[in-house]
Amino acid sequence: MTKPAKWGLWGSGLVLLILIPYLLQSTPASFCIRIAGIAGLYMLLALGLNVVIGFVGLLDLGFMAFYAIGSYTAAILSIQKVPFVWCVLASMLASCLIRILIGFPALRLRGDYLAVVTLGFGEVVRLVATNWDALTNGPKGLPRVGQSIRPASLFGFELTSNLHYYYLILACVLAAVWVCERLNHSRVGRAWVAIREDEVAAELMGVEVTRQKVVAFGLSAAFAGLAGAIFAHWEGFVTPESFTFWESVLLVCAVVLGGMGSIPGVILGTLCIVLVPEILRSVLGSYFANARYLLFGLSLILMAIYRPQGLWPSKRRTHELKPTEAGEDHARETLYDAERK
Amino acid sequence: MILQQLINGLTLGSLYALIALGYTMVYGVLLMINFAHSEIFMCGAFVSLLCYVRFSAFMPPAQAFLAGIMLSFAVCALLAFLIERIAYRPLRRASRLAPLISAIGVSILLQNAVFLWISDQSLAYPHAFEIKHFEWLGARFNSLQLLILGIAFVLMITLHFFVNKTRLGTAIRATAQDATTASLMGIPVNSIIAITFFIGGALGGVAGALNGMYYGSIKYNMGFMPGTKAFTAAVLGGIGNIPGAMWGGIILGVLEAMVAGFIPNGSDWKDVIAFLVLLIILLFKPDGLFGKHVPDKV
Repeated sequence: MTKPAKWGLWGSGLVLLILIPYLLQSTPASFCIRIAGIAGLYMLLALGLNVVIGFVGLLDLGFMAFYAIGSYTAAILSIQKVPFVWCVLASMLASCLIRILIGFPALRLRGDYLAVVTLGFGEVVRLVATNWDALTNGPKGLPRVGQSIRPASLFGFELTSNLHYYYLILACVLAAVWVCERLNHSRVGRAWVAIREDEVAAELMGVEVTRQKVVAFGLSAAFAGLAGAIFAHWEGFVTPESFTFWESVLLVCAVVLGGMGSIPGVILGTLCIVLVPEILRSVLGSYFANARYLLFGLSLILMAIYRPQGLWPSKRRTHELKPTEAGEDHARETLYDAERK
Repeated sequence: MILQQLINGLTLGSLYALIALGYTMVYGVLLMINFAHSEIFMCGAFVSLLCYVRFSAFMPPAQAFLAGIMLSFAVCALLAFLIERIAYRPLRRASRLAPLISAIGVSILLQNAVFLWISDQSLAYPHAFEIKHFEWLGARFNSLQLLILGIAFVLMITLHFFVNKTRLGTAIRATAQDATTASLMGIPVNSIIAITFFIGGALGGVAGALNGMYYGSIKYNMGFMPGTKAFTAAVLGGIGNIPGAMWGGIILGVLEAMVAGFIPNGSDWKDVIAFLVLLIILLFKPDGLFGKHVPDKV
């Protein structure tokens, strides 16, 4: 495809994304705008998670913790009448800092241990939010009676309807895609891939492994903080129930389903996890909407076995060495499989 | 008061230890965290309850309960075996992330299968026999706690002898030490891995049944907390180390009971404590209390 044609395609896609919700807003289909907004928030989260899982190859099972930290930071500040922009910045900073604090010791651990540490931390955050009444108002959530989270306002313009939030989220997702794309093709992105493929070799080639991991860790949390701050202002309400382990798992599903490390893949994966239940619900009734987790579980197993590169694999992954081509793995294969053949 | 919490903690801890054995044995032979193990535990509780309800129609409740436990032992062993066969074995040679993702998939699948097809509410778990209360040195304990402790200890001692004294046990230890060399010595590594899953699943199933009896109710999501805590116990004792998992479980159970008993509002925070123990152990002593340091393979 020539360059102008590509730009034309992207431009018209963007125009459709802006126009369609605008036209829908006073029709009965306006609930779609809200769903699209929620899908956008999940996209922000999944793009952040993809930095860690896809680019650096670290499994994180507690990513919702940083969404929670972002939401609660924004809610607490907004109740104190701090302007929206500062809330967002503070949320991103808080998520980022806490993530880095956890990351420094945790990132020295091997992959599956890291998965458990992140799972544990995710639960600690949820339990603290549930039990620390003085700060978070416990299971009842923020704001307390008599207080309120004011709707977000940008440059004096107050965001009140779902459509406004949709546009805000759309802008954030586009910015996030751009940031991820640039990072992926930068020196940092190449260092991450080197770590993912072979940590020891990367270290020997002069990549500061722990530092690069911490950078990826902190950065991913900034995405979650941003999404959390928007969520808190949009809903006007934050409870610990929004941040369970299963939500974190759902995000992992989105990334794995779409293709680890692939930005279009992650967007596609997120659309799958948000839209499939909605479609199931409207076509087959609410019984099948409950079956969505069953489908996601099944799809995780099938993807891991039959299509580990995901629905829309990243270009870089398709160029990689296959593990069986390496000598040592080849030896292991023959020993393990000797019995089966 | 201390004695009281000690008894509660021992009961809880012996359940954790039974589950932790499943994690630790599988980790020993495959170097993989079997995330689906907590769901096997949950299935054990459901199998035993369903059997108990069926069987108590034509046999005395206590016998029906024992039959339920035995069936959950068998069914969960088979379940773990099937999971290994279907979801993990094809991924032996894949990257480390792949079996972990598959395991999470299995976990979601099992939990939601129970949610959809058995019950989305918590089910009451009736007491199969009359519970007698005893008092000794100011501490109150009951026959149910004694039964749980008894079954758990018999199983653990049997496992200990099985692993250390039989040929099959030696093969399991050899596979855990070095699968490649073990296969060169004529040990059928794949069958040994399957047997490990089989044993781990059986113990997890019994733990589920006992847990259901102890708390009096079961639910489709009951596996997550005890599962994570048992994993903590396995890490605490040094993952891959069988006596370590038993001690880790008991230490964690006692610690949790002490926190719940002696810290104000402790029962709200006891889950946080378990996770904090996990985080601290992983961060500062990832080899656990009884494990020996294994350097990463390059």
